[in-house]
Formats: sequence, C-alpha cells, structure tokens
Amino acid sequence: MGAYVPRRRLLRSAIATAHAWAKPGLKGLGKGSRAICSHDEDVITMAVAAARACLGGGDNRSPDRLLLASTSLPFADRQNATVVGEALNLPEDLQTADISGSQRAATSALLLGLQHGGAECMVVGAEKCLTRAGSVEEFTVGDAAAALTTGEDQQLARFIGSHSISRDMVDHYRTAQSDHNYALEERWIRDCGLMQIIPETVAALLSKLDMSSEQIDRLLIAGVDGRPAAQIAARCSIDKMAVHEGLKVPIGHAGSADALLLLVDALQAAEPGQNILLVGFGQGCDALLFQTTEIVHRARESHGVTAAIAAGVEDTNYLRYLSFAGLVDIDWGMRAERDNRTSQAAFYRGRRAITGFVGGLCRDCGVAQFPKTALCVNPNCGKQDTQDDEVFANKAGQVKSFTEDWLALSLNPPLMYGSVRFDRQSTIMMEFTDFDPGELSIGSKLQMVFRIKDFDPLRGYHRYFWKAAPAAE
Amino acid sequence: MASGIKDKVAIIGMGCSRFGERWDCGAEHLMLEAFDECLADAGIEKVQIEAAWLGLCYQEQSLGKSSISLSQSLRLPNVPVTRVENLCATGTEALRGAAYAVASGACDIALAMGVEKLKDTGFGGLPSRTMGTFEDLWFPGVSAPGSFAQLASAYAHKHNIPMDQLRDAMAHVSWKSHENGALNPKAHLKNRITKEKVLNAPMISYPLGLFDCCGVSDGAACAIVTTPEMAKKLGRAANLVSIKALQLAVSNGAEMFYDEWDGSHAMTAELASKRAYSEAGINDPKRQLDMVEVHDCFSITELVTMEDLGLSASGQACQDITAGVYDRDGALPCNVDGGLKCFGHPLGATGLRMVYEIYQQLHGRAGERQLDDPTLGLTHNLGGFPNRNVCSISIIGLHE
Repeated sequence: MGAYVPRRRLLRSAIATAHAWAKPGLKGLGKGSRAICSHDEDVITMAVAAARACLGGGDNRSPDRLLLASTSLPFADRQNATVVGEALNLPEDLQTADISGSQRAATSALLLGLQHGGAECMVVGAEKCLTRAGSVEEFTVGDAAAALTTGEDQQLARFIGSHSISRDMVDHYRTAQSDHNYALEERWIRDCGLMQIIPETVAALLSKLDMSSEQIDRLLIAGVDGRPAAQIAARCSIDKMAVHEGLKVPIGHAGSADALLLLVDALQAAEPGQNILLVGFGQGCDALLFQTTEIVHRARESHGVTAAIAAGVEDTNYLRYLSFAGLVDIDWGMRAERDNRTSQAAFYRGRRAITGFVGGLCRDCGVAQFPKTALCVNPNCGKQDTQDDEVFANKAGQVKSFTEDWLALSLNPPLMYGSVRFDRQSTIMMEFTDFDPGELSIGSKLQMVFRIKDFDPLRGYHRYFWKAAPAAE
Repeated sequence: MASGIKDKVAIIGMGCSRFGERWDCGAEHLMLEAFDECLADAGIEKVQIEAAWLGLCYQEQSLGKSSISLSQSLRLPNVPVTRVENLCATGTEALRGAAYAVASGACDIALAMGVEKLKDTGFGGLPSRTMGTFEDLWFPGVSAPGSFAQLASAYAHKHNIPMDQLRDAMAHVSWKSHENGALNPKAHLKNRITKEKVLNAPMISYPLGLFDCCGVSDGAACAIVTTPEMAKKLGRAANLVSIKALQLAVSNGAEMFYDEWDGSHAMTAELASKRAYSEAGINDPKRQLDMVEVHDCFSITELVTMEDLGLSASGQACQDITAGVYDRDGALPCNVDGGLKCFGHPLGATGLRMVYEIYQQLHGRAGERQLDDPTLGLTHNLGGFPNRNVCSISIIGLHE
C-alpha cells in the first residue's frame, strides 16, 4: 500500500484573504492547508505515484487486476486505469477498470477487489477536486491518492465483511457536462444523510457479522471528521476515541480517495488484532470491516499518508492555484498557439517508452539508453538489435546540466529542463518538476515521476511522460 | 582523407541585404537585394549562372517548401535549383552545395543563396518547431536560449569557474559584438552597450540574460562561386578569394543519449574544425587565422566555441576574452562585423553573411571595421542545440 499527496499545500488563509473583499465570512475556514495538484498533475499521475509507492513496498507484487477509483478522471472515454497500468509497466494480461460516479467509488472498487477470489487486485483511489472559487468546498477538499493491493498472501488485514446500502440522496451532484459540484446545505446532509445512513449501514454490518460496536477499534469515515464524525460514532455506539481524526486539516478531504487514504493511514498505525471499520458515503453507504493480522507492522515500511503529508511545501499563491486549476485564463502568448497534435500512431508504437519509460540496455556493451533504438548509441559499440528492455522509471538520476527558461512555454514558468545522468552511462534531456527557481544545481539527486507533458487545447487532449523531480529524502 | 576542395572553388561575387526588422519587404525581396549586389560584384550576367542552392530553414514562415521561390524571385533561367535546410548551418550548407558542384566540374558558375524571414511570426524569438512525431512525445519543450544556457552551467561546473566570473566574460562577448556592430551599416543592432547593461538585463534562461542572446531578424546573403580558372577568364584574378575548406559534423545521438560528453561544449565543433584545418592545411589556427566569424547565437556559445576551435586552451576562454584577444584590435578578431548578436540570426542567411564579412575584409572593403591585411578567415555555425547539432565550418582566404 502507498499514498501520494501533491507537494504544494495552499494555505487556506491565502484562499480566505483572496476572497475577503467579497466573502469575509470565509475567514473562519482559513486554517491549515489544502493539497493541490501542480500544473502537470491529475488523477492519472497521482494514481501512478500512489501505485508506485504501493508496489515499492519491497514485495514487487504483480496484480491480476487494476481498479482506478475517482470522480475526476481526466478521460471520460479512454480507460484511465489502462494508462496507469502501462505507466507501472504491469503485464498486459491485466484486467483493468475505472470506477467512478460517486464519493463511494473507492470503497466500491475496494469491495470489487476483495470479492476477486484469491487473485491479486490493486485498488487505486485518486481525486483532483475541482471547486468553484469562493465556495466552502474550495477550503475543505484536497488532491491526493492512495493505493493498496488485495489478495491472499501476506495480508496486513483480513477482510471480515461488508454491508452496502444504495439510496439516492442528492447531497451534492455534478452532471456530466459540469466541472463543479452543486452542494446542498450541510446541516441537512448531516442530519438526514450522514447521521442516518451511516449508522444504519454499520448496524446492519455488525448484525450480519454478529459483532458489537465495542469490538470496533478504529472507525474511518471518508470525507467526515471533527464533530460530525464524533456524532456518527456516538450514534453507532462506537467509542469516539476510535474515530480517525481525518485529513481535512493538513491536506483536505480527497473526495472518493479519502477512504483509501484513511485505510492506509490506519493500517500504518495499527496493532495486530484490531478491527478497522471503513465507511464510504455517497448515494448510500459502503461499510467494510477489516481485522489486522500479526504482520500489520509491515505496513509502517510503506510510503504512507504521514510521509506523503510530510513531503509538502507551503504555497500562498492563490492566483497560481487558480491557473493550475483552470479557473483563470492566463494569456500565455502566441507560443501557446503552437499546434500540439499528437500522432497517435507514433504514440502507439512508442508507448512503452513514453508511458512506461522503457529504454534499452545493450547486451553487448552494457550501456543503457533512452529511447531504445535498433543501433546502440555507444560510439564504441553501435551494434544492431542488441538491446533488451531497460526500465528508467525507477532509476535514480542526477542533474548533469540545467536551465530555468522564461521564454519557453510552461504553465508553471520557468520551464526547467536539462540533461539527467543515469547509471550505465545513460543520459536523457528531461523536464524537471517540483523544483522552484533557484533550487536546481548540478549533481542534484532526482527521482522519476509520471506527469502531464503537453496540452493540446485545440483537441482537448493532453499527453503524459516522465519528469525528473527532487529525490525523496 | 580525401584531398578536399582547397583552392578549387573561388568566390567571385557576394551580396548581403541589410539585416533587421524588415517589415518593408518579404523574403523574395531580401534575396533580390543581396543578389543585385552579388551579381554586380561578380561582374557576370544572370544567364551565366548554371545552378543554384537555396538555404531556407523555416519555410512555413516565409517562402514555403522547394527551390522554386529562389528561381522565381530572381527569374533564374530555369537552371537546376536545390533547396537545403540544416538548421543554423543552412546558409553554409547552401554554399557547400554550390561549391561542391563547381569543384566536381558539374558546372562552372553556381549561386548560393541564404534567406530567412523571421519577423513575420508575430512574436519575438524563434518559431517553435516539431522535433518529429515521436520525439515530441518525450523531448522537453525547450527554447534555444534554454538549451544553450546549459552550456554555461556545465562549463562553469567543469572548470570550477564562479558563475559571476563566467557571466562577466559572457558580457564582454556581447559588449564586443555591439562595439563592432556599431560600425556596420548592414547590422540590425548598431548601438553600443555597456557590460553593466548586459549583466543587469532581464533573465531569459538562467544564466543568459537578454543581452546574452542574439537578435531575431530578417536577412539574405549570397555568393557566386566558380573555378579559379574561370575566375581568371572572367578577369577576377586579382585578390581572388577561394574556399580553403568546407566541413560539416553532425551529432549521432552520442552527446544526447550517452553519458560521455560533459555538456560544456560542442563536440561537433571540435570535429568539424579539425577536419577543416586538415582540408585547409592549417596546423596552427591561432596564428594562421586572421579573423573568425563564429556562431554567437548566445554569448556562451561564442565563449565555448573559442576552445572547440582550438583557439583558446581548455578552460581559458574566459581569460582570453576578457583580456581582449578576440576584440577587433586583439590578436584574433572574432565577429568583427557584429556577429549574430548585432545581425540577428535569419538562419538561412547567417552562414553566408559570415562568409560575406570575411570576403569583404579580404578585399579591403570593410570600412571602419577593416582589419590589417587579413588573408585567412573561418566561419562557424552551430545548428540545433549543444547536445544534438549540425556544425559547419568554412575557411576562406586569398587564393594561393
């Protein structure tokens, strides 16, 4: 299992200050920070990051199934989970699906994974929350992703059982044509939704499992924390101390992904033999009960929520956030008019290189190279058809040369790029990301991250490639 | 190695348009402006031209594909015309085509024309271009200054030179070019600048500021070449200028994908200049060359080029530059016409514009810029980026 939270944390005080002229009442929400996607991040890139954190746990799992849960998938019709699977270089004999349509997307996906017999399933939840400027939601949500695998081997927690209710309560909605939610009154949602439907589901589950509420050690309610969470716990007769404090303060609620983030976080803090109840709410409710195993401590080795939260940097630039979120239309000049059409035929041929960051390794001279070509690049070798696949995505890199370019087009100027040095005498000209101006230097250590590379506004398309980011400390 | 074309091709006429923001005319007219001067200089009739080469890089901004635009603009007598494109080496590539045609005996008199109309794009800087359908998928959306700026960071790192010191030498390069450009009526920028102005200019791509970057302009330049024998028949034996060497080196991906090159210079410039010196029979370029016209698209490019051409020792270019070695009154004047810095860089024209300056200097026609009796000069173009490029070198001198 693993988690990913974008590096930028927009201070809510900065949001409140920007709106003070019109909505001084929002000042009270101006505490803590909200995780925001950078200009080159979306659900797919965050999902890849979380899934890599999950796979990087040391056991090198290779799932049979990959489910991507989100309500903010970048493509409505091009399977997003397939892109994630190819970025992870998972084998092609993989069942993939996008699960969407509700704040319960992640718990629904998790249930599908758990009901997958003995086969291993990776469940990834990611959300890039699009909110209207000046809305309450703008303060409460945040962008993040989490991933975990289900299966029979090396279980950190056993799935005990679940209960679901499907009920069309429109606490908020977003039509297929709309960019933002239309949210109803919080008090109504709390009193008639959360406080009714969640306890009802929990009670049904406990009854089904012949368990009592005292046996619940942790209660995780996606998207709910603070007083409402305590009230729900009380209504369920669960000790309020069992309630997870939620992620609203440090990063914001990550929509449907919140459930997986809470579960990852709870497992990392858990002791063996604990009962963890996970609740997802949205047009009904999913309640899932897990019991941690003797090896649950291994969860602490993963890159989880705490580590992901700790990797953030404060950001006070609300206007930049608006631009990243597409809420303000900055004039990027005539350079932005360049036709950026993608040759899908060229992409299809080269997608292992582009999506999987797979290059070549010459069997003859041992030199790694990207892209993989018929002829080895080593001037002292030059042999034909001697290269095996070599994955660059997991390689560490070093800055060999760099620049901060204020002329080239970037939606987050300056465009930073340069030569990156890898092992086996390979080097690639790459874009840097997650660096601020002045932070790059020759020799800086790098890790590879999957990001949006280019936008094609004319055709409503964007494409992905790998960028070099600061190595994790 | 082949015997080469040393002294097998003579230049009997050259022309160069006024460079600058030529809102007044299109590329067709720029070519004609250069050609009129060239034809008058050569003292021949247009019908005597047997073949022509057109160098044009960004055809989509001006004349479109093919060679027809040259034939049509000059109303050439239906001779074979070939359009060439090789990034910033395009102008020199046109000369290479014409020179090889003459050297091979395929024709007696050939025209090399280079032109570019950059200012019709509607914005500053070079137009963006595709790297190809596959490379666009992964190669960063770089700009020219950003790509060359990396030379500076790698050079400073390699030679352990503080960036302030390097920027000071780079500022000297730009200052020197403006000093020269101020004396050239055909230059785009004819103003003098101070080093302080260079150092305090807005940053374009760290560490290159505005004045570390050459201008963008429109222009054309051309040459008429023939054999020395034909030149004599045409009465052009006196002060005959001939081509001593024309060489090209093209990256094969090693700098870009194989971690041997250190990023601090252009590998191809080393290779091309060595080949050119060999072709021209030069063994001590620092002493034998009287002038050089190098590709100062950015100040750092000129700086590292002095080492790649073997004129400054490795790591010594900063000192040589600030000591004035390459100033107009220095030991080896560099970019005495003002360089790309003051002419701007209409890609197709630049290589031929450089040859034009050497040609004028060899004929003693360089006005206030005139050097003392030069006999041998070198031009250098670097097309593309330091990590993947086309480098062209020409060596031009008085016919022996």
